[in-house]
Amino acid sequence: MTATTYVQLAYLVAAVLFVVGLKNLSSARTAPRGNRLSAVGMLIAIVATLLSKGVVNYPMILGGVIVGSAIGVVLALRIQMTAMPQMVALLNGFGGGASALVASAELLKGTVVPGSVPSVAIALGAIIGGITFTGSLIAFAKLQELMRGQPLVYPGQQFVNGIMGLGAIALCVMVSIQPTGLEAYAGLVALALILGVTLVIPIGGADMPVVISLLNSYSGLAACATGFVLGNSGLVISGSLVGASGLILTKIMCDAMNRPLTNVLFGAFGAVDQTAIAATAGGERPTVKAYTPDDAAIVFSSASTAIVVPGYGMAVAQAQHAVRELMDALEARGVKTRFAIHPVAGRMPGHMNVLLAEANVPYDKLVEMDHINPEFPETDVALVLGANDVVNPDARSAEDSPIYGMPILNVDHARQVMVIKRSLNPGFAGIDNPLFYLDNTMMVFGDAKQTVLGIVEALKEV
Amino acid sequence: MLEDPAVALTILVLSLFVGWEVISKVPPLLHTPLMSGSNAISGITIVGALMAAGAATVTESSWLGFVAIVFATINVVGGFLVTNRMLAMFKPKDPS
Repeated sequence: MTATTYVQLAYLVAAVLFVVGLKNLSSARTAPRGNRLSAVGMLIAIVATLLSKGVVNYPMILGGVIVGSAIGVVLALRIQMTAMPQMVALLNGFGGGASALVASAELLKGTVVPGSVPSVAIALGAIIGGITFTGSLIAFAKLQELMRGQPLVYPGQQFVNGIMGLGAIALCVMVSIQPTGLEAYAGLVALALILGVTLVIPIGGADMPVVISLLNSYSGLAACATGFVLGNSGLVISGSLVGASGLILTKIMCDAMNRPLTNVLFGAFGAVDQTAIAATAGGERPTVKAYTPDDAAIVFSSASTAIVVPGYGMAVAQAQHAVRELMDALEARGVKTRFAIHPVAGRMPGHMNVLLAEANVPYDKLVEMDHINPEFPETDVALVLGANDVVNPDARSAEDSPIYGMPILNVDHARQVMVIKRSLNPGFAGIDNPLFYLDNTMMVFGDAKQTVLGIVEALKEV
Repeated sequence: MLEDPAVALTILVLSLFVGWEVISKVPPLLHTPLMSGSNAISGITIVGALMAAGAATVTESSWLGFVAIVFATINVVGGFLVTNRMLAMFKPKDPS
Protein backbone atom coordinates (compact mmCIF):
# COMPACT_ATOMS: atom_id res chain seq x y z
CA MET A 1 0.00 0.00 0.00
CA THR A 2 1.22 3.46 -0.84
CA ALA A 3 1.19 6.43 1.52
CA THR A 4 -1.71 7.88 -0.47
CA THR A 5 -3.76 4.77 0.25
CA TYR A 6 -3.17 5.16 3.98
CA VAL A 7 -4.31 8.78 3.81
CA GLN A 8 -7.47 7.77 1.92
CA LEU A 9 -8.15 5.07 4.52
CA ALA A 10 -7.82 7.68 7.25
CA TYR A 11 -10.56 9.69 5.50
CA LEU A 12 -12.71 6.57 5.46
CA VAL A 13 -12.20 6.17 9.23
CA ALA A 14 -13.18 9.82 9.67
CA ALA A 15 -16.34 9.34 7.58
CA VAL A 16 -17.30 6.25 9.60
CA LEU A 17 -16.82 8.19 12.84
CA PHE A 18 -19.12 10.94 11.48
CA VAL A 19 -21.83 8.38 10.71
CA VAL A 20 -21.51 6.72 14.13
CA GLY A 21 -21.39 10.15 15.76
CA LEU A 22 -24.62 11.23 14.06
CA LYS A 23 -26.20 7.89 14.96
CA ASN A 24 -25.45 8.62 18.62
CA LEU A 25 -27.52 11.80 18.32
CA SER A 26 -30.62 9.60 18.36
CA SER A 27 -30.80 9.97 22.15
CA ALA A 28 -29.87 12.76 24.54
CA ARG A 29 -27.97 10.24 26.66
CA THR A 30 -25.53 9.19 23.94
CA ALA A 31 -25.42 12.51 22.06
CA PRO A 32 -22.40 14.05 23.85
CA ARG A 33 -20.38 10.93 23.00
CA GLY A 34 -21.57 11.19 19.39
CA ASN A 35 -20.34 14.75 19.14
CA ARG A 36 -16.95 13.76 20.53
CA LEU A 37 -16.68 10.86 18.05
CA SER A 38 -17.36 13.24 15.17
CA ALA A 39 -14.72 15.64 16.50
CA VAL A 40 -12.19 12.78 16.68
CA GLY A 41 -13.07 11.89 13.09
CA MET A 42 -12.34 15.46 12.05
CA LEU A 43 -9.01 15.41 13.88
CA ILE A 44 -8.03 12.19 12.09
CA ALA A 45 -8.92 13.70 8.70
CA ILE A 46 -6.89 16.84 9.44
CA VAL A 47 -3.81 14.95 10.68
CA ALA A 48 -3.92 12.62 7.68
CA THR A 49 -4.03 15.62 5.36
CA LEU A 50 -1.10 17.27 7.12
CA LEU A 51 0.94 14.08 6.63
CA SER A 52 0.02 13.66 2.98
CA LYS A 53 2.34 14.33 0.06
CA GLY A 54 2.47 17.92 -1.18
CA VAL A 55 1.38 19.52 2.08
CA VAL A 56 4.58 21.22 3.26
CA ASN A 57 3.91 24.89 4.00
CA TYR A 58 3.20 24.43 7.69
CA PRO A 59 3.66 28.07 8.80
CA MET A 60 0.87 29.14 6.42
CA ILE A 61 -1.38 26.35 7.71
CA LEU A 62 -0.61 27.01 11.36
CA GLY A 63 -1.38 30.71 10.92
CA GLY A 64 -4.80 29.95 9.46
CA VAL A 65 -5.64 27.33 12.06
CA ILE A 66 -4.69 29.61 14.96
CA VAL A 67 -6.78 32.52 13.68
CA GLY A 68 -9.76 30.28 12.87
CA SER A 69 -9.61 28.40 16.17
CA ALA A 70 -9.41 31.59 18.19
CA ILE A 71 -12.50 33.00 16.48
CA GLY A 72 -14.31 29.66 16.74
CA VAL A 73 -13.58 29.24 20.45
CA VAL A 74 -14.66 32.77 21.32
CA LEU A 75 -17.89 32.41 19.31
CA ALA A 76 -18.74 29.01 20.78
CA LEU A 77 -18.12 29.95 24.40
CA ARG A 78 -19.64 33.42 24.41
CA ILE A 79 -22.76 32.95 22.32
CA GLN A 80 -26.07 33.15 24.19
CA MET A 81 -28.40 30.21 23.68
CA THR A 82 -31.10 32.61 22.46
CA ALA A 83 -28.68 33.63 19.69
CA MET A 84 -28.03 30.05 18.54
CA PRO A 85 -29.88 30.52 15.21
CA GLN A 86 -27.53 33.40 14.30
CA MET A 87 -24.54 31.32 15.36
CA VAL A 88 -25.56 28.39 13.16
CA ALA A 89 -26.29 30.76 10.27
CA LEU A 90 -22.81 32.23 10.62
CA LEU A 91 -21.17 28.80 10.81
CA ASN A 92 -23.10 27.69 7.70
CA GLY A 93 -21.77 30.75 5.93
CA PHE A 94 -18.14 30.06 6.85
CA GLY A 95 -18.49 26.44 5.75
CA GLY A 96 -19.95 27.41 2.39
CA GLY A 97 -17.40 30.18 1.96
CA ALA A 98 -14.52 27.81 2.70
CA SER A 99 -15.77 25.35 0.06
CA ALA A 100 -16.08 28.10 -2.57
CA LEU A 101 -12.54 29.26 -1.73
CA VAL A 102 -11.15 25.73 -2.07
CA ALA A 103 -12.84 25.36 -5.46
CA SER A 104 -11.35 28.70 -6.54
CA ALA A 105 -7.88 27.76 -5.30
CA GLU A 106 -8.04 24.56 -7.33
CA LEU A 107 -9.15 26.44 -10.45
CA LEU A 108 -6.30 28.95 -10.10
CA LYS A 109 -3.78 26.10 -10.22
CA GLY A 110 -4.73 25.82 -13.88
CA THR A 111 -4.39 22.04 -14.02
CA VAL A 112 -8.08 21.18 -14.27
CA VAL A 113 -9.05 19.06 -17.28
CA PRO A 114 -11.92 20.71 -19.21
CA GLY A 115 -15.20 18.81 -19.02
CA SER A 116 -13.91 16.47 -16.28
CA VAL A 117 -15.65 15.69 -12.99
CA PRO A 118 -13.42 18.20 -11.12
CA SER A 119 -14.19 21.00 -13.57
CA VAL A 120 -17.95 20.52 -13.13
CA ALA A 121 -17.46 20.24 -9.37
CA ILE A 122 -15.50 23.50 -9.26
CA ALA A 123 -18.39 25.32 -10.90
CA LEU A 124 -20.89 23.71 -8.50
CA GLY A 125 -18.67 24.36 -5.47
CA ALA A 126 -18.38 28.03 -6.44
CA ILE A 127 -22.09 28.58 -6.94
CA ILE A 128 -23.38 26.57 -3.96
CA GLY A 129 -20.61 27.82 -1.67
CA GLY A 130 -21.06 31.43 -2.81
CA ILE A 131 -24.85 31.40 -2.30
CA THR A 132 -24.39 29.74 1.10
CA PHE A 133 -21.86 32.35 2.16
CA THR A 134 -23.80 35.55 1.49
CA GLY A 135 -27.21 33.92 2.08
CA SER A 136 -26.09 32.90 5.56
CA LEU A 137 -24.72 36.36 6.26
CA ILE A 138 -28.12 37.87 5.37
CA ALA A 139 -29.88 35.28 7.53
CA PHE A 140 -27.46 36.18 10.33
CA ALA A 141 -28.14 39.91 9.88
CA LYS A 142 -31.90 39.34 9.99
CA LEU A 143 -31.73 37.12 13.08
CA GLN A 144 -29.31 39.46 14.86
CA GLU A 145 -31.69 42.29 13.91
CA LEU A 146 -28.92 44.14 12.11
CA MET A 147 -31.52 44.40 9.35
CA ARG A 148 -35.30 44.27 9.41
CA GLY A 149 -36.75 40.78 9.73
CA GLN A 150 -39.63 41.59 7.39
CA PRO A 151 -39.43 40.26 3.83
CA LEU A 152 -37.84 42.76 1.47
CA VAL A 153 -39.84 42.69 -1.74
CA TYR A 154 -39.94 44.79 -4.89
CA PRO A 155 -41.81 44.44 -8.17
CA GLY A 156 -40.30 41.93 -10.58
CA GLN A 157 -38.13 40.43 -7.85
CA GLN A 158 -38.72 36.83 -8.86
CA PHE A 159 -38.11 37.67 -12.51
CA VAL A 160 -34.77 39.31 -11.69
CA ASN A 161 -33.77 36.37 -9.49
CA GLY A 162 -34.81 33.97 -12.22
CA ILE A 163 -32.67 35.75 -14.82
CA MET A 164 -29.68 35.75 -12.46
CA GLY A 165 -30.25 32.07 -11.72
CA LEU A 166 -30.26 31.21 -15.42
CA GLY A 167 -27.15 33.33 -15.89
CA ALA A 168 -25.42 31.43 -13.09
CA ILE A 169 -26.34 28.09 -14.68
CA ALA A 170 -24.98 29.28 -18.04
CA LEU A 171 -21.73 30.37 -16.40
CA CYS A 172 -21.54 27.00 -14.60
CA VAL A 173 -21.64 25.27 -17.97
CA MET A 174 -19.01 27.64 -19.40
CA VAL A 175 -16.67 27.06 -16.44
CA SER A 176 -17.14 23.29 -16.69
CA ILE A 177 -16.26 23.28 -20.39
CA GLN A 178 -13.45 25.84 -20.18
CA PRO A 179 -12.12 25.88 -16.58
CA THR A 180 -9.15 28.08 -17.55
CA GLY A 181 -11.35 31.04 -18.46
CA LEU A 182 -11.03 33.22 -15.40
CA GLU A 183 -13.57 35.83 -16.57
CA ALA A 184 -16.42 33.33 -16.66
CA TYR A 185 -15.40 31.99 -13.26
CA ALA A 186 -15.18 35.45 -11.70
CA GLY A 187 -18.63 36.19 -13.10
CA LEU A 188 -19.96 32.96 -11.64
CA VAL A 189 -18.60 33.73 -8.17
CA ALA A 190 -19.93 37.29 -8.28
CA LEU A 191 -23.37 36.11 -9.39
CA ALA A 192 -23.45 33.43 -6.69
CA LEU A 193 -22.61 36.00 -4.01
CA ILE A 194 -25.36 38.35 -5.29
CA LEU A 195 -27.89 35.51 -5.52
CA GLY A 196 -27.21 34.57 -1.89
CA VAL A 197 -28.36 38.07 -0.92
CA THR A 198 -31.30 38.42 -3.29
CA LEU A 199 -32.70 34.95 -2.52
CA VAL A 200 -32.77 35.46 1.25
CA ILE A 201 -33.94 39.09 1.58
CA PRO A 202 -37.56 38.29 0.52
CA ILE A 203 -37.86 35.67 3.28
CA GLY A 204 -39.37 36.77 6.60
CA GLY A 205 -37.84 36.33 10.05
CA ALA A 206 -40.33 33.67 11.10
CA ASP A 207 -39.43 31.53 8.08
CA MET A 208 -35.79 31.51 9.14
CA PRO A 209 -35.96 27.91 10.51
CA VAL A 210 -36.46 26.75 6.91
CA VAL A 211 -33.76 29.01 5.49
CA ILE A 212 -31.17 27.98 8.06
CA SER A 213 -31.94 24.30 7.49
CA LEU A 214 -31.62 24.73 3.75
CA LEU A 215 -28.36 26.67 4.03
CA ASN A 216 -27.14 23.93 6.37
CA SER A 217 -27.83 21.47 3.59
CA TYR A 218 -26.07 23.68 1.04
CA SER A 219 -22.95 23.93 3.19
CA GLY A 220 -22.82 20.13 3.15
CA LEU A 221 -23.38 19.93 -0.60
CA ALA A 222 -20.66 22.53 -1.15
CA ALA A 223 -18.25 20.35 0.85
CA CYS A 224 -19.44 17.45 -1.28
CA ALA A 225 -18.54 19.37 -4.45
CA THR A 226 -15.10 20.06 -2.98
CA GLY A 227 -14.73 16.30 -2.56
CA PHE A 228 -15.31 15.82 -6.28
CA VAL A 229 -12.87 18.63 -7.09
CA LEU A 230 -10.13 16.92 -5.08
CA GLY A 231 -11.13 13.34 -5.87
CA ASN A 232 -11.57 12.73 -2.16
CA SER A 233 -14.35 10.28 -1.30
CA GLY A 234 -14.14 11.12 2.43
CA LEU A 235 -15.27 14.64 1.68
CA VAL A 236 -18.05 13.41 -0.60
CA ILE A 237 -19.41 11.09 2.10
CA SER A 238 -19.19 13.65 4.92
CA GLY A 239 -20.62 16.43 2.77
CA SER A 240 -23.59 14.37 1.69
CA LEU A 241 -24.34 13.39 5.32
CA VAL A 242 -24.71 17.08 6.12
CA GLY A 243 -26.60 17.68 2.90
CA ALA A 244 -29.10 14.98 3.84
CA SER A 245 -29.38 16.30 7.38
CA GLY A 246 -30.23 19.79 6.20
CA LEU A 247 -32.75 18.45 3.69
CA ILE A 248 -34.55 16.40 6.35
CA LEU A 249 -34.78 19.39 8.68
CA THR A 250 -35.99 21.58 5.81
CA LYS A 251 -38.72 19.05 5.06
CA ILE A 252 -39.76 18.79 8.72
CA MET A 253 -39.97 22.58 9.00
CA CYS A 254 -42.03 22.92 5.80
CA ASP A 255 -44.38 20.11 6.88
CA ALA A 256 -44.81 21.77 10.26
CA MET A 257 -45.97 24.94 8.51
CA ASN A 258 -47.96 23.05 5.89
CA ARG A 259 -46.28 25.03 3.14
CA PRO A 260 -44.28 23.71 0.20
CA LEU A 261 -40.64 24.77 0.12
CA THR A 262 -41.23 26.90 -2.98
CA ASN A 263 -43.82 28.92 -1.06
CA VAL A 264 -41.39 29.55 1.81
CA LEU A 265 -38.59 30.58 -0.56
CA PHE A 266 -40.58 32.66 -3.03
CA GLY A 267 -43.87 33.43 -1.27
CA ALA A 268 -42.59 36.34 0.86
CA PHE A 269 -44.87 35.12 3.64
CA GLY A 270 -45.22 37.65 6.40
CA ALA A 271 -44.89 40.63 4.07
CA VAL A 272 -47.22 43.08 5.74
CA ASP A 273 -50.45 43.16 3.81
CA GLN A 274 -51.79 46.62 4.65
CA THR A 275 -55.23 46.05 3.15
CA ALA A 276 -55.83 42.97 5.30
CA ILE A 277 -54.79 44.82 8.44
CA ALA A 278 -57.03 47.75 7.61
CA ALA A 279 -59.90 45.33 7.09
CA THR A 280 -59.48 43.70 10.52
CA ALA A 281 -58.89 47.01 12.27
CA GLY A 282 -62.21 48.33 11.02
CA GLY A 283 -64.17 45.27 12.10
CA GLU A 284 -65.74 44.73 15.48
CA ARG A 285 -63.54 42.65 17.74
CA PRO A 286 -65.03 40.34 20.32
CA THR A 287 -64.04 41.16 23.87
CA VAL A 288 -61.40 39.21 25.71
CA LYS A 289 -61.25 38.34 29.37
CA ALA A 290 -58.19 40.00 30.90
CA TYR A 291 -56.83 38.66 34.16
CA THR A 292 -53.96 39.32 36.55
CA PRO A 293 -51.14 37.00 37.65
CA ASP A 294 -53.02 36.54 40.94
CA ASP A 295 -56.05 35.18 39.05
CA ALA A 296 -53.73 32.87 37.14
CA ALA A 297 -52.23 31.55 40.38
CA ILE A 298 -55.69 30.71 41.70
CA VAL A 299 -56.46 28.73 38.55
CA PHE A 300 -53.17 26.85 38.87
CA SER A 301 -53.81 26.15 42.56
CA SER A 302 -56.81 23.98 41.73
CA ALA A 303 -55.17 22.24 38.76
CA SER A 304 -53.54 18.84 38.71
CA THR A 305 -52.05 18.89 35.20
CA ALA A 306 -50.52 21.73 33.21
CA ILE A 307 -48.88 22.03 29.79
CA VAL A 308 -46.74 25.04 28.90
CA VAL A 309 -46.51 26.02 25.22
CA PRO A 310 -43.43 28.19 24.72
CA GLY A 311 -42.87 30.28 21.59
CA TYR A 312 -40.31 32.71 20.27
CA GLY A 313 -41.80 35.41 22.52
CA MET A 314 -40.51 33.50 25.54
CA ALA A 315 -36.98 33.70 24.15
CA VAL A 316 -37.34 37.40 23.33
CA ALA A 317 -38.47 38.13 26.90
CA GLN A 318 -35.69 35.88 28.28
CA ALA A 319 -38.43 34.21 30.33
CA GLN A 320 -37.11 30.63 30.22
CA HIS A 321 -35.63 30.70 33.74
CA ALA A 322 -38.83 32.24 35.13
CA VAL A 323 -40.77 29.42 33.44
CA ARG A 324 -38.53 26.86 35.11
CA GLU A 325 -39.33 28.49 38.48
CA LEU A 326 -43.02 28.24 37.66
CA MET A 327 -42.58 24.58 36.79
CA ASP A 328 -40.80 23.96 40.11
CA ALA A 329 -43.53 25.80 42.03
CA LEU A 330 -46.26 23.83 40.27
CA GLU A 331 -44.52 20.49 40.71
CA ALA A 332 -44.02 21.27 44.41
CA ARG A 333 -47.80 21.62 44.64
CA GLY A 334 -48.27 18.30 42.86
CA VAL A 335 -49.28 19.78 39.50
CA LYS A 336 -47.89 17.56 36.73
CA THR A 337 -46.21 20.05 34.39
CA ARG A 338 -44.86 19.46 30.90
CA PHE A 339 -43.85 21.50 27.86
CA ALA A 340 -45.36 21.13 24.39
CA ILE A 341 -42.84 21.93 21.68
CA HIS A 342 -44.06 22.80 18.18
CA PRO A 343 -41.50 21.97 15.45
CA VAL A 344 -41.32 25.59 14.26
CA ALA A 345 -41.38 27.24 17.69
CA GLY A 346 -38.39 29.57 17.80
CA ARG A 347 -36.07 30.63 15.02
CA MET A 348 -34.46 27.28 14.24
CA PRO A 349 -35.35 23.59 14.56
CA GLY A 350 -35.24 22.49 18.21
CA HIS A 351 -34.50 26.00 19.49
CA MET A 352 -37.04 25.88 22.37
CA ASN A 353 -35.58 22.61 23.67
CA VAL A 354 -32.12 24.13 23.98
CA LEU A 355 -33.43 27.24 25.75
CA LEU A 356 -35.42 25.18 28.26
CA ALA A 357 -32.57 22.71 28.78
CA GLU A 358 -30.33 25.68 29.57
CA ALA A 359 -32.86 26.75 32.21
CA ASN A 360 -32.48 23.26 33.74
CA VAL A 361 -35.81 21.87 32.59
CA PRO A 362 -35.27 18.07 32.39
CA TYR A 363 -35.58 16.92 28.78
CA ASP A 364 -38.19 14.25 29.64
CA LYS A 365 -40.59 17.15 30.21
CA LEU A 366 -40.17 18.47 26.68
CA VAL A 367 -42.78 16.71 24.56
CA GLU A 368 -43.13 16.96 20.80
CA MET A 369 -46.40 17.96 19.15
CA ASP A 370 -47.70 14.58 18.00
CA HIS A 371 -47.19 13.04 21.44
CA ILE A 372 -48.74 15.82 23.50
CA ASN A 373 -51.73 16.73 21.34
CA PRO A 374 -53.93 13.79 22.47
CA GLU A 375 -53.36 14.88 26.08
CA PHE A 376 -54.79 18.40 25.92
CA PRO A 377 -58.43 17.29 26.58
CA GLU A 378 -57.23 15.73 29.86
CA THR A 379 -55.25 18.81 30.85
CA ASP A 380 -56.45 21.38 33.39
CA VAL A 381 -54.37 24.36 32.27
CA ALA A 382 -52.59 25.03 28.97
CA LEU A 383 -50.29 28.03 29.36
CA VAL A 384 -49.39 29.73 26.08
CA LEU A 385 -46.26 31.79 26.47
CA GLY A 386 -45.05 33.88 23.55
CA ALA A 387 -46.55 31.50 21.00
CA ASN A 388 -49.30 32.56 18.61
CA ASP A 389 -49.67 31.02 15.16
CA VAL A 390 -48.75 27.51 16.36
CA VAL A 391 -51.82 27.51 18.66
CA ASN A 392 -54.27 29.24 16.30
CA PRO A 393 -57.41 27.05 15.95
CA ASP A 394 -58.10 28.68 12.55
CA ALA A 395 -55.37 26.42 11.18
CA ARG A 396 -57.71 23.48 11.84
CA SER A 397 -61.05 24.94 10.84
CA ALA A 398 -60.92 28.20 8.84
CA GLU A 399 -60.30 27.22 5.24
CA ASP A 400 -59.72 30.82 4.16
CA SER A 401 -56.99 31.39 6.76
CA PRO A 402 -53.42 31.73 5.40
CA ILE A 403 -52.28 29.17 7.94
CA TYR A 404 -55.11 26.69 7.24
CA GLY A 405 -53.80 23.12 7.34
CA MET A 406 -50.76 23.89 9.44
CA PRO A 407 -50.49 21.33 12.25
CA ILE A 408 -51.00 23.11 15.59
CA LEU A 409 -50.91 22.38 19.28
CA ASN A 410 -54.53 21.87 20.31
CA VAL A 411 -54.38 24.04 23.43
CA ASP A 412 -58.04 25.04 23.00
CA HIS A 413 -58.98 21.47 23.94
CA ALA A 414 -57.62 21.98 27.45
CA ARG A 415 -60.09 22.76 30.23
CA GLN A 416 -58.57 26.19 30.77
CA VAL A 417 -56.32 28.10 28.36
CA MET A 418 -54.09 30.82 29.75
CA VAL A 419 -52.34 33.15 27.32
CA ILE A 420 -49.57 35.47 28.43
CA LYS A 421 -49.08 38.17 25.82
CA ARG A 422 -47.99 41.76 25.62
CA SER A 423 -51.05 42.92 23.70
CA LEU A 424 -53.60 41.67 21.21
CA ASN A 425 -51.31 42.42 18.27
CA PRO A 426 -51.46 39.60 15.75
CA GLY A 427 -48.46 37.33 15.12
CA PHE A 428 -45.97 37.61 12.30
CA ALA A 429 -48.44 36.42 9.72
CA GLY A 430 -50.74 39.30 10.62
CA ILE A 431 -53.50 36.84 11.44
CA ASP A 432 -55.93 37.29 14.30
CA ASN A 433 -56.14 34.38 16.71
CA PRO A 434 -59.66 33.25 17.76
CA LEU A 435 -58.08 31.35 20.64
CA PHE A 436 -57.92 34.64 22.58
CA TYR A 437 -61.71 35.04 22.48
CA LEU A 438 -62.74 31.53 23.54
CA ASP A 439 -64.86 31.06 26.66
CA ASN A 440 -62.21 28.91 28.30
CA THR A 441 -59.37 31.33 27.53
CA MET A 442 -58.02 33.82 30.04
CA MET A 443 -55.62 36.48 28.79
CA VAL A 444 -52.93 37.76 31.12
CA PHE A 445 -51.41 40.83 29.51
CA GLY A 446 -47.81 41.80 30.23
CA ASP A 447 -44.16 40.99 29.73
CA ALA A 448 -43.69 37.21 29.70
CA LYS A 449 -40.93 37.15 32.28
CA GLN A 450 -42.53 39.59 34.75
CA THR A 451 -45.92 37.93 34.44
CA VAL A 452 -44.58 34.43 35.04
CA LEU A 453 -42.58 35.62 38.04
CA GLY A 454 -45.76 37.33 39.26
CA ILE A 455 -47.62 34.03 39.06
CA VAL A 456 -44.82 32.25 40.95
CA GLU A 457 -45.02 34.89 43.71
CA ALA A 458 -48.80 34.69 43.87
CA LEU A 459 -48.66 30.89 44.05
CA LYS A 460 -46.82 31.21 47.37
CA GLU A 461 -49.85 33.01 48.82
CA VAL A 462 -52.61 30.67 47.67
CA MET B 1 -11.02 6.92 -8.93
CA LEU B 2 -13.55 9.74 -8.50
CA GLU B 3 -12.59 10.85 -12.02
CA ASP B 4 -15.08 8.21 -13.13
CA PRO B 5 -18.45 9.99 -12.88
CA ALA B 6 -20.22 6.67 -12.23
CA VAL B 7 -18.08 5.88 -9.19
CA ALA B 8 -18.45 9.44 -7.92
CA LEU B 9 -22.24 9.36 -8.24
CA THR B 10 -22.42 5.92 -6.60
CA ILE B 11 -20.63 7.19 -3.51
CA LEU B 12 -22.73 10.38 -3.46
CA VAL B 13 -26.09 8.63 -3.75
CA LEU B 14 -25.28 5.90 -1.23
CA SER B 15 -24.00 8.45 1.31
CA LEU B 16 -27.14 10.56 0.89
CA PHE B 17 -29.21 7.47 1.71
CA VAL B 18 -27.09 6.64 4.75
CA GLY B 19 -27.38 10.25 5.88
CA TRP B 20 -31.15 10.26 5.40
CA GLU B 21 -31.58 7.01 7.38
CA VAL B 22 -29.28 7.97 10.26
CA ILE B 23 -30.57 11.50 10.63
CA SER B 24 -34.26 10.54 10.43
CA LYS B 25 -33.68 8.85 13.80
CA VAL B 26 -32.61 12.08 15.52
CA PRO B 27 -35.49 13.29 17.77
CA PRO B 28 -36.77 16.90 17.44
CA LEU B 29 -35.41 17.43 20.96
CA LEU B 30 -31.89 17.44 19.52
CA HIS B 31 -32.45 19.21 16.22
CA THR B 32 -30.46 22.31 17.19
CA PRO B 33 -27.37 20.33 18.28
CA LEU B 34 -27.84 18.23 15.14
CA MET B 35 -27.59 21.37 13.02
CA SER B 36 -24.54 22.79 14.77
CA GLY B 37 -22.87 19.37 14.91
CA SER B 38 -23.52 18.48 11.28
CA ASN B 39 -22.37 21.97 10.45
CA ALA B 40 -19.03 21.23 12.07
CA ILE B 41 -18.84 18.08 9.93
CA SER B 42 -19.34 20.15 6.77
CA GLY B 43 -16.11 21.85 7.84
CA ILE B 44 -14.43 18.72 6.43
CA THR B 45 -13.76 21.00 3.50
CA ILE B 46 -10.75 22.04 5.62
CA VAL B 47 -8.99 19.07 4.03
CA GLY B 48 -9.07 20.86 0.68
CA ALA B 49 -8.06 24.12 2.33
CA LEU B 50 -5.00 22.49 3.93
CA MET B 51 -3.93 21.06 0.59
CA ALA B 52 -4.31 24.40 -1.16
CA ALA B 53 -2.49 26.39 1.52
CA GLY B 54 0.17 23.76 2.16
CA ALA B 55 1.58 23.64 -1.38
CA ALA B 56 5.36 24.07 -1.65
CA THR B 57 5.26 27.20 -3.81
CA VAL B 58 3.20 30.11 -2.55
CA THR B 59 0.77 31.36 -5.21
CA GLU B 60 -2.67 33.02 -5.25
CA SER B 61 -4.04 29.53 -4.65
CA SER B 62 -2.19 29.30 -1.35
CA TRP B 63 -3.68 32.54 -0.11
CA LEU B 64 -7.18 31.46 -1.06
CA GLY B 65 -6.38 28.25 0.82
CA PHE B 66 -5.25 30.29 3.81
CA VAL B 67 -8.56 32.17 4.00
CA ALA B 68 -10.38 28.85 3.48
CA ILE B 69 -8.49 27.38 6.45
CA VAL B 70 -9.58 30.29 8.65
CA PHE B 71 -13.24 29.89 7.57
CA ALA B 72 -13.25 26.11 7.87
CA THR B 73 -11.52 26.15 11.26
CA ILE B 74 -14.11 28.57 12.63
CA ASN B 75 -16.73 26.16 11.35
CA VAL B 76 -15.09 23.04 12.82
CA VAL B 77 -13.89 24.39 16.17
CA GLY B 78 -16.91 26.64 16.75
CA GLY B 79 -19.35 23.95 15.62
CA PHE B 80 -18.08 21.08 17.75
CA LEU B 81 -17.50 23.28 20.79
CA VAL B 82 -20.91 24.93 20.79
CA THR B 83 -22.59 21.55 20.21
CA ASN B 84 -20.72 20.13 23.16
CA ARG B 85 -21.80 23.10 25.26
CA MET B 86 -25.43 22.61 24.28
CA LEU B 87 -25.53 18.86 24.78
CA ALA B 88 -24.09 19.25 28.28
CA MET B 89 -27.25 21.18 29.19
CA PHE B 90 -29.63 18.35 28.31
CA LYS B 91 -30.24 16.51 31.57
CA PRO B 92 -32.81 13.83 32.41
CA LYS B 93 -35.18 14.19 35.32
CA ASP B 94 -33.47 14.12 38.68
CA PRO B 95 -33.62 10.50 39.88
CA SER B 96 -34.34 11.61 43.46
